[in-house]
Amino acid sequence: MSYRRNKRDRVLVVDDDASLAEMLSIVLEGEGLATAVCNSGDLVMKVFTEFKPDVVLLDLMLPGLDGMKVCRQIREKSAVPIIMLTAKSDTGDVVRGLEAGADDYITKPFKNQELVARVRARLRRTDQLVEPLVFGDIVLDPAGHTVTRKGESLDLTPLEFDLLACLLGTPEQVFSREKLLQQVWGYHHPGDTKLVNVHMTRLRSKIEDDAENPQVIKTVRGIGYQAVTP
Amino acid sequence: MRSLARLWRRSIQTRVVTSTIVLSALVISLTGWALLRDVASGLADVRRTAAISEARSGFDSAQLQIDAAVESEPAAQSQTLTQMVDSLTSNRGAKRTYELVLEGPLAPGSGQVPVRSSAAIASDALPGDLVDQVENKGGTYWRYSRLGVLGSSDREPGVVVGSQLHVPSTGDTYALYYLFSMAEQQSTLDLVRQALLLGGFAMVLMVGGVAWLVSRQVLNPVRLARRIAERYASGSLEQRMHVNGEDDIARLSTSFNQMAAILQSQIRRLENLSRLQQRFVSDVSHELRTPLTTVRMASDVLYDARKSFDGQSARAAELLQNELGRFEDLLSDLLDLSRFDAGAAHLDLDTIDLAAIARRSVDDPVLQRKGIKVVLVNADQPAIVDADIRRIDRIVRNLLTNAAKYGGSDRVEIEVGQNDGCVSFAVRDFGVGLTDDENLRVFDRFWRADPARTQGGTGLGLPISREDAELHHGTLRAWGKRGVGSEFILTIPKPGGSANPPAIVSVFS
Repeated sequence: MSYRRNKRDRVLVVDDDASLAEMLSIVLEGEGLATAVCNSGDLVMKVFTEFKPDVVLLDLMLPGLDGMKVCRQIREKSAVPIIMLTAKSDTGDVVRGLEAGADDYITKPFKNQELVARVRARLRRTDQLVEPLVFGDIVLDPAGHTVTRKGESLDLTPLEFDLLACLLGTPEQVFSREKLLQQVWGYHHPGDTKLVNVHMTRLRSKIEDDAENPQVIKTVRGIGYQAVTP
Repeated sequence: MRSLARLWRRSIQTRVVTSTIVLSALVISLTGWALLRDVASGLADVRRTAAISEARSGFDSAQLQIDAAVESEPAAQSQTLTQMVDSLTSNRGAKRTYELVLEGPLAPGSGQVPVRSSAAIASDALPGDLVDQVENKGGTYWRYSRLGVLGSSDREPGVVVGSQLHVPSTGDTYALYYLFSMAEQQSTLDLVRQALLLGGFAMVLMVGGVAWLVSRQVLNPVRLARRIAERYASGSLEQRMHVNGEDDIARLSTSFNQMAAILQSQIRRLENLSRLQQRFVSDVSHELRTPLTTVRMASDVLYDARKSFDGQSARAAELLQNELGRFEDLLSDLLDLSRFDAGAAHLDLDTIDLAAIARRSVDDPVLQRKGIKVVLVNADQPAIVDADIRRIDRIVRNLLTNAAKYGGSDRVEIEVGQNDGCVSFAVRDFGVGLTDDENLRVFDRFWRADPARTQGGTGLGLPISREDAELHHGTLRAWGKRGVGSEFILTIPKPGGSANPPAIVSVFS
């Protein structure tokens, strides 16, 4: 019961560079978060089950540790937010990581502030919403963090839930990708808008009848996205 | 006609065959013409000599006959003459080898002269000058002429021999002409001409064919080499020419193959080098970034806590933080440059409006902090290009930072211009300016106008910006005048357009 949930949010740091892992712990602990460190890819699932983290910080590119595989393993078991640490901003690796199930990525080196903001964004819940949000045949329940469509429960990750809540919260408003990065991902500076595209594609595949021809969230060419009242 | 001209321009074979045919036709017709002339004159000479001797004996016998006849009566004389013509005519045998014409008696000044002839000879068959000579002088004369029968337009070549006859009893003078036909010689000549023409034509055709075959034999390997060279150019370096024998073509093939092999190995080496460099860049990036991240985070922690340190330690934490920032910038700039050098930089194209970027630049924090006023020129019309927004933003940021740091003026002008091929974006300051030499050197790596005036920065901003511009097939150029100001003009081509000439001409040029 030592890992039982208390008020402190938990961050699992997966990095085979011991110094960096420790430094990450120091910074996050300094922000009042509880952390656990895992230096080996093989042990991740064990620590993950015991620690029950609220966010996972995962170094994707470290040698000897297949970050993508770890990412997929975690995703199979849980919808927990995953933030990748990457040494490169080369889009190929980033896109592959996002496709493996990561919610966000942060490029080394980064400022502590930026790291904390991203982690906080993933921990934050859409507190503004209290009442269930009904939008056509989609019902968003903020209390239980569940989404149903035509009575059927949809399996959304917390990030996808936040993204959907953000768009459905103010229907008809057009959100630019930059705005979404700010509101949903907690970016302070302009970031990589491909992040939004990747997650929007995945969200649509879950909530739309035909993801190629979306009816709930439409793309406004050259600007961004918009929830269309049915 | 145009396609023929094109064939002439593009095909060596066509040129070789055509010129061979033209030249050989010229030579053959010259030779044929000379040959024909010799044959013709030979034939004519033989015939003429025979004709003259035959005519002479005829004249002699005619004179003898006239001398023997002594009648002085005109009627009897006329009879004698007619008989003489008949007898002379009958001498010619079965073949009509000649005709006779007897004119006379010739009276000076008289117009029409009575004529006796063995056939109805056309009057123009006797050449006028021959008639003059025979009538006015004694002796035997000859001329070539065209013989024909009265009332017919058919003419055949012939030789006419004429001489005077004197009737001693009356003192009258007559002119007797022998007309020898040369139709036989003419037909021989025609035959020879026809044979020459046919033979010459066949010869020209044959020479043309030979030229075609030979040129093909020589050109085929050349064409093969061209095709293979084209394949090299398009990247498939495995092709080789077939080497057959030891002749020049085989040696060409061998050299060509050697060249290809060397090219291939050089390209492989370069590709390898480029791949190694890319790998190295990626490895360095990776290996450096992880410890750098730890140091950076540690520095952030120390910097945030500097208030609780003593003065020196706090200053040390500040220096650490600042220089770490510079170090990061330098590292990222260096990695960017080596990506350019390794050819590993890629464009992420989007449709962007450079005028909108210019308008946004008014709020640039670096300029605002320095209190520099931004003046926009022509930035209200859309200036659309396909470009990598991150790279364009980086260029603009570099130019503005540069103007703020080194310009030394309180005003920066941003002008947008466009023509059919490109859009130009100019950043102008009115400060210390640049000399002609510095205009070129600003793009050198780590170059600084005044080492004493270093204000942070990596010295790589402008070189990277220029690489970014060139990656777009665009240009970035600097102009300036010492003490007046400096100007940087970025030019990005429109889709399908060219960055040359730029849409803005520098005010300092």
